[in-house]
Amino acid sequence: MIALTGVAKRYPGAHEALRDVNLQVERGELVLLTGPSGAGKSTLLKLIAAIERPTAGTVIVSGQNVARLSKRAIPYLRRNFGLVFQDHKLLYDRSVFENVVLPLRVAGFDGREAASRVRAALDKVGLLGRERANPIALSGGEQQRVCIARAVVHRPSIVLADEPTANLDAAYAREIVSLFGAFHQVGVTLMVATHDVATFAPLPSRVIELYNGALTP
Amino acid sequence: MRAWLAQHGFALRDALGRFGHHLLPAVFNVVVIGVAVSLPLSLYVAVKNLGAVTGQLDAEPQLTLFMAPDAGPEEAEAVGTRLAQHAAVGKHHFVPKAEALDGLKRNAGMAEIIDNLGRNPLPDAWIVSGRGGDPAALEALRREAAGWPKVDHAQLDTAWARKLDTAVRVGRAVTLLVAGLLAVALAAVTFNTIRLQILTRREEIEVSKLIGATDGFIRRPFLYFGLLQGIVGGLAACGLVWGALATLEAQVGPALLALAPDGGLMGLEAREAAAVLAAASGLGWLGAWLSVTQHLWRIG
Repeated sequence: MIALTGVAKRYPGAHEALRDVNLQVERGELVLLTGPSGAGKSTLLKLIAAIERPTAGTVIVSGQNVARLSKRAIPYLRRNFGLVFQDHKLLYDRSVFENVVLPLRVAGFDGREAASRVRAALDKVGLLGRERANPIALSGGEQQRVCIARAVVHRPSIVLADEPTANLDAAYAREIVSLFGAFHQVGVTLMVATHDVATFAPLPSRVIELYNGALTP
Repeated sequence: MRAWLAQHGFALRDALGRFGHHLLPAVFNVVVIGVAVSLPLSLYVAVKNLGAVTGQLDAEPQLTLFMAPDAGPEEAEAVGTRLAQHAAVGKHHFVPKAEALDGLKRNAGMAEIIDNLGRNPLPDAWIVSGRGGDPAALEALRREAAGWPKVDHAQLDTAWARKLDTAVRVGRAVTLLVAGLLAVALAAVTFNTIRLQILTRREEIEVSKLIGATDGFIRRPFLYFGLLQGIVGGLAACGLVWGALATLEAQVGPALLALAPDGGLMGLEAREAAAVLAAASGLGWLGAWLSVTQHLWRIG
């Protein structure tokens, strides 16, 4: 599903964020990326979602070399992903519903079908009653669940999550983990960058450790 | 197809929503665009009305053929025959020297001077108006008639008509120039409006890109906004011009109507108003497109 070969990433004027990374992720697998801050976890996810381009190597997602994708093709690649961000990246000038419907609008869904999908996604994350609320009125854990609803509303085959449980207390974090467990059960491929492998312990996962931009054997 | 329609519907609703959301700035923008468009538009209407007046008066320029002082009635009659047969001549009539003198005497103070002269200094003359009011044809006739026997002098009385015609031409050129300048201004106003909108919606644009929005998707609501703003601004301009014409007719009233050829001022025809709306919306769209494209490129 995802294959990285000889991947390196160097930011201009900075250190090498990733060095010779080789990694295979199978369809339906749950992979935890761990390692200290600055080890390159976020960079790795960004390369897979074509938010950044590698300085060397190939990044293959569903048979496509993401590193060589044209600028016009990138939006269509991104629609295969559900992205969960540490800082949620919610839009606070609109309701929860409007936030979650965004990926459907982007893909050209509108009207009743979109509304029913949004409600299904909000139901999954336990926020069905809050669709009219402004995200700012929600707790940190609830905001993260809105972010997850937005990531899965268009039923992506791959979910990439960057520190989804950071800044959340243990109870909220466990809710998030059980949500990921549910996606894993329906066959979604999951890559989660986290400091906190212990919280994800209940899930059958493969743990990959990054250190200074390289995979530790 | 359905997805395409849905996306356009969404973009249009988004643009309309933004209009409603920021009503006061939107109204001010529309006023700015309306005033900017109404300037060349009123010039256009003024020139159009003036042009209609000169078009009517263009038939009037006259050619005067002064006979030589020693020319007799037969020679004058010969010129009359030539004029009657000439293709460029519309109407012509003869003014004998005695009649011309009588006319002159009717002017206050002239009678005494003329009596003192003792003889009639005026020549016989033919007054000719051209067929179709083409000044160039009349000018050609003037040159031709100047060479006829016993025609002393041929004078074309079109100086003032030419001046008016030139004024109309200058008016048209000025209208075009002002229209060009204000077209740039309209695009610039839209550019700036959209720039401000993009700055306040930067986060939304970034998130949309992350979840797979194409540049077209992001651009679309802004383009609709520019288009709508242009249309509403164009409507405002048409309204302003219409209001100005109505006020003018009410104020100056009958005096103006006597001047105007069809008994009233010409306003904007439907197809002219449509052209104004098309131009204003097109320029709004262009300003929005330039703004969004430039900023999308910067956001990367």
